[in-house]
Amino acid sequence: MTITSSCDGGALTLAFEGELDHHAAREAMLGIERDIERYLPRACVLDLARLSFMDSSGIAVILKAHRRMAELGGTASVVGAGKQPYKVLDAAGLRRLVKIETTV
Amino acid sequence: MKEINSVKIEFLSRSSNESFARSTMAAFAAQLDPTLDELGDIKTSVSEAVTNCIVHGYPDTLGKIQLRARIFPDNSIEITVRDWGRGIADIDAAREPMFTTGGEERSGMGFTIMESFMDKLRVRSSTGRGTTVTMTRRISPRAQLRAAK
Repeated sequence: MTITSSCDGGALTLAFEGELDHHAAREAMLGIERDIERYLPRACVLDLARLSFMDSSGIAVILKAHRRMAELGGTASVVGAGKQPYKVLDAAGLRRLVKIETTV
Repeated sequence: MKEINSVKIEFLSRSSNESFARSTMAAFAAQLDPTLDELGDIKTSVSEAVTNCIVHGYPDTLGKIQLRARIFPDNSIEITVRDWGRGIADIDAAREPMFTTGGEERSGMGFTIMESFMDKLRVRSSTGRGTTVTMTRRISPRAQLRAAK
């Protein structure tokens, strides 16, 4: 899995590509933390459009971004979630904490 | 019910095997002609069960994980994921949403997802001896439906 980051006017976009499971989660968390520290954004957008698979490990990754952004007084949100990742996010009730936009 | 087909695989509890396990099970389930959504549900559930073995069954050692699948005439697939690791002290607590002993890196949603994505889920565990998770999913018989039309 790869994460491509770009920051534009206080909004940090992290684009995920590949499969996000437990094997990929640790590195993803470290990368997200590093990027948030580097840019100190007001908003963090997790773009899942090119994520082909995600299990509950991805929930912990998104919650990590959500908590870190809340500490900074900002927000984290999810865009581009395909069917399979969205079903996992929905089953976990993540919509109660994080704004989620889907492609389905 | 007599099985139509079966497969058994054993591998080490390395996290790189998570994708191997779910892809293999998806490939085996493909003979039931599942939809992409059904395949996604099976892959996700297998991923959760195998991750549990790696994170909780063998937290600081490498051990064996056994994956078995059986296909039955009613178009259902039964998948069994077994480890010989630490076992679960309190299965009811482990199945609760948001319960985890895995710290901040885990969401505690693994069993909840397996339960909602599969038709049946059975967990047997004994402390110090290991855990067996058996899950069943019936695949909608699309081919028969099409043939009938």
